[in-house]
Amino acid sequence: MAHVIQDESLYLSNYRELERSLGASEPAWLRRLREESIQTFTELGFPTTREEDWKYTNLAPVSAIPFQSAASESVAHGHPTLEDLESVLWVGSSHLVFVNGHYSEALSCIDGLPEGVKVRTLSAALEGEGDLQEHFARYAQRRRHALVALNTALWQDGAYVRIAKGTVLEKPIHLLFVSSSGGTPVGSPTRQSARWGAPVVSHPRILIVAERDTQSTFIESYFGYGGGVSFSNAVTEIVAGESSVIDHYKIQVENSESFHLATIQALQERSSSFATCSIALGARLARTEVGAVLDGEGADCTLNGLYLATDNQHVDNYTTVDHARPHGSSHQFYKGILDGQANAVFNGRIIVRQDAQKTDAIQKNKNLLLSEDAVVNTKPQLEIFANDVRCTHGATIGQIDPEALYYLRSRGIGRNEARTLLSYAFAGEILDGIRLAPIRVCLEGSLHARLADDISSHGGTELQS
Amino acid sequence: MANTRKRQQGTANSTSPLLEVRDLQASVNNVPILRGINLQVRAGEVHAIMGPNGSGKSTFAHVLAGREHYNVTGGEVLFEGKDLLAMKPEDRAREGIFLAFQYPVEIPGVSNMYFLRAALNAIRKYRGLEELDAVDFLELVGKKMKMLGMDQGLRDRPVNAGFSGGEKKRNEIFQMAVLEPKLAILDETDSGLDIDALKVVAEGVNSLRSPDRAIIAVTHYQRLLNYIVPDMVHVLANGQIVKSGGKELALELEEKGYAWTDDAERTGQPAEKAAEWRT
Repeated sequence: MAHVIQDESLYLSNYRELERSLGASEPAWLRRLREESIQTFTELGFPTTREEDWKYTNLAPVSAIPFQSAASESVAHGHPTLEDLESVLWVGSSHLVFVNGHYSEALSCIDGLPEGVKVRTLSAALEGEGDLQEHFARYAQRRRHALVALNTALWQDGAYVRIAKGTVLEKPIHLLFVSSSGGTPVGSPTRQSARWGAPVVSHPRILIVAERDTQSTFIESYFGYGGGVSFSNAVTEIVAGESSVIDHYKIQVENSESFHLATIQALQERSSSFATCSIALGARLARTEVGAVLDGEGADCTLNGLYLATDNQHVDNYTTVDHARPHGSSHQFYKGILDGQANAVFNGRIIVRQDAQKTDAIQKNKNLLLSEDAVVNTKPQLEIFANDVRCTHGATIGQIDPEALYYLRSRGIGRNEARTLLSYAFAGEILDGIRLAPIRVCLEGSLHARLADDISSHGGTELQS
Repeated sequence: MANTRKRQQGTANSTSPLLEVRDLQASVNNVPILRGINLQVRAGEVHAIMGPNGSGKSTFAHVLAGREHYNVTGGEVLFEGKDLLAMKPEDRAREGIFLAFQYPVEIPGVSNMYFLRAALNAIRKYRGLEELDAVDFLELVGKKMKMLGMDQGLRDRPVNAGFSGGEKKRNEIFQMAVLEPKLAILDETDSGLDIDALKVVAEGVNSLRSPDRAIIAVTHYQRLLNYIVPDMVHVLANGQIVKSGGKELALELEEKGYAWTDDAERTGQPAEKAAEWRT
């Protein structure tokens, strides 16, 4: 079952198909945007490890699989029901659910939103008031970033949220993207051979516009249903208006056969506060890029992240904080726990423009290795053009503290349980920073179970003593 | 004194020792630290092990608890007749050994209660007892905290993180009270404590004295033994017990200093002298 090496032509033909099916239903500006973007993608091609930004993340396996876009009517056999999604719809408030990039009305629920909050699918927004064009595809780098370009050319649906001036949104809005190749498990429940559907690709797209003096919370989550191979290539753009406060969470639990690439790009206006926490638990290969441009005085930005990887998982986080105006502050704190032969990459870029005096930027990346074979590549990248700033960064890679392990064992706690407890404690710093209690509680539970599972399956390979 | 002797003889005749250490030798980083320790501890007894810095006191305590990289090179240790040295540290704890650390380890991110419940339930499970649920556990903990006069605030804090020296030591005794070991080893529990904190810790230890629990108190100073009165005092020097006696031996040491035992060493064969004193 040798894979034919696919190239960009697969996505070009996907594009031609999409173009045909959409016909003239989309406005001209959008058709032009798609056309430009597919050109950009075919010119740039998939990033390769020869590019500095992709040195440690090899997309060859992604480009080798003949992924197909799912047809909208495929949201049927073997796809999740509301019951199946109960465990990942953490908060009982408004949620939009997309399956393989298509909106599922049956699984979604928009309820009790205050006046001034507009939550639409992108396709509905195109038919409606026509204010989408003002911000759509203006922040993520569709001209320079192949995957953003690919998404911009091929997205089928997504979410558009607009929070009108002065609105305070008390409950979070949850955007859930489900990858499901369909089919049912037969015999071995995890292998591809268990009659999963063909590899499926989707290009989830989100635009959030929070106008001035607003306050809002968003959860963006990616969930792999079933065991088939999927590829999600997501782009999220966020506009944080003057003095707005945005709390954003991205939670990725794709299945272990799948690929997940995502770009989140925020534009921050004066005195806005944008915080995001990116949790990566799943996927065979995952990369999340988070970028924020602090384009107004006194903007504040927090980028946190927690990644867990085991077996042969590869997880990559790439952050860019661009301080463009004075008195901005940014805090980045990413933590990772790696077991098995897992591979993790953290690349944290801080740019301080000449105009951005009195910037205060801090970046930390800490990694806990649970096995000898796990690998971490961590790289801070500071580009500072102003002279009155404070920028600090630090990265650590460590193992479980043997003193702490001994202490726990001397109290009767078994070795594996003690390791689980200490790994969990390591993650605690990020979890404690999650303000949204239901998410925190749920993550605490799943993290603990996941660590216990990883450690009991790998912990035995080391010397017992 | 006479009283103590009598009790020891009494127990010796009626029961086998809880802990029996025979010619225990151990090295750390290939440096021999313990050079043949012999010791018998019976249930209900309190033994003090005293000695100057570097005599091997702490090493002895940690060898009993099962610390990694402390290599036993000879001898044996029986705990209730079982081969203690063959057990993993967690199994030693489950069998009933508890070491109160000289330097309790800070574990940020793990709450004191979560940790202690995990420990207690691991021990209970090992002994075939039902695990305690959160409600029963909190009730037990509440009782023990009250008994030791502990600040309830310590309950929800991470294990030892940001605790003062006194709070850490008290937390060790609190853990001991909850886990109810058969043999408690106190490693320099008095170090770094002011007199008030020392009294509180000692009271805690005394409240846990019972006919079926033995205590080994490892200490540099006699001070602790004013509050936790031992049945037996052993002097450790250069990895061996060079002198054993009743509680008055501690006072003698306080008066004459450890140089006294050093002299004993320098003048000849400490092993023989130890044998002589042991009788």
